[in-house]
Amino acid sequence: MKLPLAIFALLALVPILSALGVPLGGFVPLLLGRVMIFAIAAMSLDLILGIGGLASFGHAAPLAIGAYAVAILDAANIHDAVIVVPVAMAAAGFFATATGAVALRTRGVNFIMITLAFAQMIYFAAASLADYGGDDGYTLYSRTTVLGAKLLDGKAFYPTVLVVLFLVWLKLRIIAASRFGRTLSAIRQNRPRAQALGFNAFAVELAAMAIASALCALAGVLLANEAEFVSPAFASWARSGDLMVMVILGGVGSLHGAILGAFAVVMAEEALGRLTQHWPLLFGPSLVLAVLFLRRGIAGIGGRRD
Amino acid sequence: MTDLLRITDLRKHYGALRVTDGVTLKLAPGSIHAVIGPNGAGKTTLIHQISGTVRPDAGSIHLADHDITTLPPHRRARLGLARSFQITSVLPEFSVLENVALAVLGARGSAFGFLRPLAAEKRLNDAASTVLARVGLAARPASLAGALSHGEKRQLELALALAAEPKVMLLDEPLAGAGPEEAERLIALLATLRGHCGILLVEHDMDAVFQLADEISVLSQGRVIANGTPAEIRADPAVRAAYLGEDF
Ligand SMILES: Nc1ncnc2c1ncn2[C@@H]1O[C@H](COP(=O)(O)OP(=O)(O)O)[C@@H](O)[C@H]1O
Ligand SMILES: [Mg+2]
Repeated sequence: MKLPLAIFALLALVPILSALGVPLGGFVPLLLGRVMIFAIAAMSLDLILGIGGLASFGHAAPLAIGAYAVAILDAANIHDAVIVVPVAMAAAGFFATATGAVALRTRGVNFIMITLAFAQMIYFAAASLADYGGDDGYTLYSRTTVLGAKLLDGKAFYPTVLVVLFLVWLKLRIIAASRFGRTLSAIRQNRPRAQALGFNAFAVELAAMAIASALCALAGVLLANEAEFVSPAFASWARSGDLMVMVILGGVGSLHGAILGAFAVVMAEEALGRLTQHWPLLFGPSLVLAVLFLRRGIAGIGGRRD
Repeated sequence: MTDLLRITDLRKHYGALRVTDGVTLKLAPGSIHAVIGPNGAGKTTLIHQISGTVRPDAGSIHLADHDITTLPPHRRARLGLARSFQITSVLPEFSVLENVALAVLGARGSAFGFLRPLAAEKRLNDAASTVLARVGLAARPASLAGALSHGEKRQLELALALAAEPKVMLLDEPLAGAGPEEAERLIALLATLRGHCGILLVEHDMDAVFQLADEISVLSQGRVIANGTPAEIRADPAVRAAYLGEDF
């Protein structure tokens, strides 16, 4: 319990310090804003990957669906979160329900490959949206407002993202401790046993995929606003891989570990990206080391999993 | 009265091996029906088919008035069929109490609750505590199931079946690996269940079988070679030849 609160306190320090006139520059809030957006996406993945044991390699799909909901509604001159957010979450939830119903017929490597294939479908579908820039992507006319207030603009952006991250974390924590979360975990631990106890493993896992996907769409909405731009690359398999890495690096099943994992990945991309454009060549091996030596991820260093 | 469980001409083969070869069995309400037979006779495969983890090639399985032959395992469980596994099968990352609380939930509740922590669900946890006391695990509710001794895991395995308050329990060698004292306690516990639910008991411990069973079927190479009361089975020359030989 202490580590997650410490993380949120540190994140909250940034806008407080800049309000007090400490010169952080634009760079720190920008980078941490990105970290938090990806943390939301990774944390939602942790529900199915960490708690449910479902290794989805297609979690960039709901991210892109959330982002494209912003773009498509932007083109229709609809910019308020009251409409954008429900549409984004419903679309991503629907996508996960439809594709999950197929993907959950498979296990192991096949599940990984089929979720990847469905995300690639979103990638190519986005690239074919000529009205929204096709391959080149689409630049937003306007950022999303919240009941008319410009909460996703300028100085308000960072605190808004922080609040969303906190609420998503709280929501997932509550779910993890609930009947549903414990049943989902039971199915991961011992599927035949859970079924013999009377649980419909398929229905529980499908619902978990829909919830994870809908929450991930929130990250997509924020990401589109941060960049004021969306493109098919939001749904790329590399992005799906990044999200998995964030969860595994941060510590599967811990939820708040996803924030640390997102921090590590975004920073590594930034730092290694300056050294060489071939940064994945360095990143891959360091990931292998992390998985070998940090069994519980960064969140598990120096203590038990919270 | 109709039988709680009715298995009719059940067949299952793996390649050329007939693991279940025309098995017909009945379980009367409140009775204990023991299935014995040498290793490899097909006892566990029979239990798997009744509980739904293995599909039979032919034949039918009825639970009370329901034809459950093609139902998935969780639907059978919800109809009142609980089982223990020969190879201990618990939720290793959860506490003993939570294992049993989930068993209560699985049998009677819905998994689709998203707000209240399971640990705060008093009715589920109280019911679980009661079951733990019955199997002799009352002292260890907070221990992780994965960290229990082998004997304690066997007790938990039985608790998971009991927690459902099932109509029919399928017990696959519940005494295997339990120490003599634990075995005695479990035998006494099973005896108290007579009259409350039907039990299909697969067990190698012949003392337990002859103490508990109302009816015994002897399985050999997938076939029921004898069926009758304990006294009849004890006297059956074919059974002695096939199986009981050395113990008798
Ligand atoms: N999935 C399977 N594939 C092939 N053979 C199997 C399978 N399951 C069980 N068997 C075989 O079926 C026979 C009966 O096994 P089992 O039901 O476990 O017997 P028992 O519980 O009476 O010892 C054994 O010879 C076993 O090797
Ligand atoms: Mg067996």
